[in-house]
Amino acid sequence: MSDKVLLDYGSGGRASQRLISELFLKYLGNDELNRLNDAAELSLSGRLAMSTDSFTVDPIFFPGGNIGSLAVHGTVNDVAMMGAVPRYLTCGYIIEEGLPMDDLETIVASMGEAAEHAGVQIVTGDTKVVPKGAVDKIFINTTGIGEIIVDPSPGGDRARPGDAVLVSGTIGDHGLTILGTREGLDFEAKVESDSASLNHLLVRLVRELPDVHVLRDPTRGGLATTLNEITASSGVCCELVENDLPVRPEVRGGCSILGLDPLYLANEGKFLCIVPQEDADKALEIMRADPLGRDACRIGTMTDANPGKVVLVTQLGGKRLLNMLEGEQLPRIC
Amino acid sequence: MSFELLEKFRDPALCRKILDKMRAELDGGLRFMEVCGTHTVAIFQSGLRSLLPEEIVHLSGPGCPVCVTHESEVNAFLDLAGRDNVIMATFGDLMRVPGHGGRNLKKAQADGARVKVVYSPFDTLKLAKENPGDLVVFIGVGFETTAPTIAGTMKMAKAQGITNLRVLCFHKTVPTALEALLTDAMTSIDGFILPGHVSAIIGLEPYKFIAEKYGKSAVVTGFEPLDILQSLDQMIGWRNAGEAHVTNNYTRIVSDEGNLKASEIMYEVFEPVDALWRGIGLIPGSGLEIREEWEGFDAKKEFGITIEEGPALPGCKCGEILKGIKQPDECPLFKKACTPANPVGPCMVSTEGSCAAYYKYKLD
Repeated sequence: MSDKVLLDYGSGGRASQRLISELFLKYLGNDELNRLNDAAELSLSGRLAMSTDSFTVDPIFFPGGNIGSLAVHGTVNDVAMMGAVPRYLTCGYIIEEGLPMDDLETIVASMGEAAEHAGVQIVTGDTKVVPKGAVDKIFINTTGIGEIIVDPSPGGDRARPGDAVLVSGTIGDHGLTILGTREGLDFEAKVESDSASLNHLLVRLVRELPDVHVLRDPTRGGLATTLNEITASSGVCCELVENDLPVRPEVRGGCSILGLDPLYLANEGKFLCIVPQEDADKALEIMRADPLGRDACRIGTMTDANPGKVVLVTQLGGKRLLNMLEGEQLPRIC
Repeated sequence: MSFELLEKFRDPALCRKILDKMRAELDGGLRFMEVCGTHTVAIFQSGLRSLLPEEIVHLSGPGCPVCVTHESEVNAFLDLAGRDNVIMATFGDLMRVPGHGGRNLKKAQADGARVKVVYSPFDTLKLAKENPGDLVVFIGVGFETTAPTIAGTMKMAKAQGITNLRVLCFHKTVPTALEALLTDAMTSIDGFILPGHVSAIIGLEPYKFIAEKYGKSAVVTGFEPLDILQSLDQMIGWRNAGEAHVTNNYTRIVSDEGNLKASEIMYEVFEPVDALWRGIGLIPGSGLEIREEWEGFDAKKEFGITIEEGPALPGCKCGEILKGIKQPDECPLFKKACTPANPVGPCMVSTEGSCAAYYKYKLD
C-alpha cells in the first residue's frame, strides 16, 4: 500500500479490498467480520441497548489515546450506562485523502486493542476516502449494541430526593488534555486523557446493585451539563458539595490559566452514578476496587429544594446555581 | 503562586470570622461596586453573594472589557470578518458578541470568514508569518491589562519585519470611567473594589482622586474570597470612622507603582483619546488609540473605520446596570427577551458581564 491514503482506497475496487484485508481485518478481524458479507449476523436476546456516536476529535492523537480508541470507549460506555453488556460495534471511517498510512494503522490498531479490552466485537464497517479538505484528517462513527441486564434500566428520570450522587474519579482530565494539545499549550504538570472503557466496572456495579437509579457518561458539556440534564428529566434538585468534587491540581491549574471551569470539561473515562442513600457505600466500594474507579467519591445529594436545578454548595458554605453550559467554553480576555 | 498559598485565601473559617466582624460593625448599608467582571464572577462562584449581610449592596461596574465594547466597534469587526484576504484574530470572549442584526463572529465563521481564537496576542505573529498573502487583524479589546501585551506584539512585529499584521484598537482605560461614574448624579456608590489585573499595570496613583476629590474609598483587591472580604471590611471601618482611603490589598501581585515597563510600552504605542462605552456613552480621554508613528498597524486607518453613537437598545437597562443604578434582575428584559443564548445588552453578552453572572449563578 502507498504511504498515504489515496482516493483509490475508497473506490470499492482492488485498492479498497487491499485496505480492508491488509489493515482493517488485520487489527479488527473476528469470525463475523472476516466473512465480509453485506451485513453481520448477530446472536442477541432480550432487551437491547443501542447507541451511536461520531468522533471528529482534533487532534487525532493526544496524551492518553487517539481517535481510534476513543471511538470504541465512547460508544461502549454509552451502551454500558444503560445497565447493558456491550456486545457488538460497527465502525464507519471517513478518511481525508493524504492521511499518512502509518497514522491510519496506529488508529485502527488501537481501535482493535480497545475493542479486545472491552470484550466487544466489531462486526461490520465501512470506509470512505474523501478529497483533501472535505473532512479534517479522519472521522469515525461507531454504533454499539448490548444486552440490558437490569430491569428497569438506569435513567436520568429515575433520580429521587435523598439519592446519593457519586462520580467514579477526577473530572476534566480529557477536556483539558484535548484543548491543551490542540493549542500547543505546554502545561507545567502533565495532563492526560482518561479515555477508557468502563463496561466491566459498570456491569459489576449493576449486577451487585441492580437498583442503581442513574448512570451517565459526563462527556461533552462535562459534569455540570450532565447533572442539569438529569435534574431536568427527573424534576429533582441536585445539591453538589464543591469541597468534595475531585479535580486534579494540574487540571485545576490549567483551567485557572485559561479561564475554564473543570465542571464543564469533557470526560471520557468517568461516570456519574446516582443510587439510593443506603447503597452509596457499597457502590463506592465496588467502584474503588477497580483501577478505573479508584478515586470514586460522593459529590452530592439529590433533594427536593430547588426542583430541576443543580445547586453548588461552595467551600465557604454559600450556595449558587450551577447552570447548563451555553455553547462551548471560550477562553477569556483577562 | 502555589495553589497551597491560594487555598489560604479561601479559608472558610477565616472568611466566616470576617463576615461576623462585618455584621457586628455594620452601621447602615454599604453600596460597593466591583469594577472588574472577574470580581463579579468570583463573588458569585465562591458563594459570597449568598453570604454577605443584606445591608451590603453589591453592584457590578463597567470593568468587563467585552461588555463595554461599543456596538459600533462590534459592527466594525464583524464587517471586517469575511473580507477577502483578512484573517480576524481574537480572544475567545468576542466570538458570541452580537452586532447589528444578530450577527456575531461564530456565525461569520460558519459563513466562511477566517476567524482564529488566540490565547495571546503574540500568537498573531506566527499567524501572520504563516499567511503572508493575508492580512491578520487582531481585535484589540480590553483595558490596561491587555493593551501593553498588544503594544509589545506590535513592537515585536516591527522588529521581525512582519508587515501583514494590523490591530483594530478599541482599548479603554479604567480610572477615567470611574471618574465618569462618580460625577453622575444618579449613582450612589460608597466604595470600589478595584481590579487586580488592571492595577498590576497602572499601580495605585491613578485611583487616588477617588478619595481625594470625591471622598469615597477604593481598594485594589485580589480574586479570592478572603481578598474581597478583607477589602469590604476595611471600607466599612473607614466609612464608620468618616474617612476615605485608596489602598492596595493585593500586594502579592500589585505594586503601588504598577508595572512601569508595561505602562511605558503601552504609551509608547498608544495615546489617550475620547471613547464610546457601550451602555454608557462617550467618556472623554477613556480610550487608547494607535499613535501616528505606528499607524502602519492601524486597521481603523487602513479600512477607514469610524465609531459612532447609535440609538439606545429599547428596554435594555445595561447602561444603568453598568453605572450601578439598577441591578440585573430589575431589567424587564432579564431572563425573558435577554438570555446568554440571545443577549440583548452588553451585560448579558460576556461571560463576565453582571447580567450573565446573575443568570448563571444566582439562585432565585
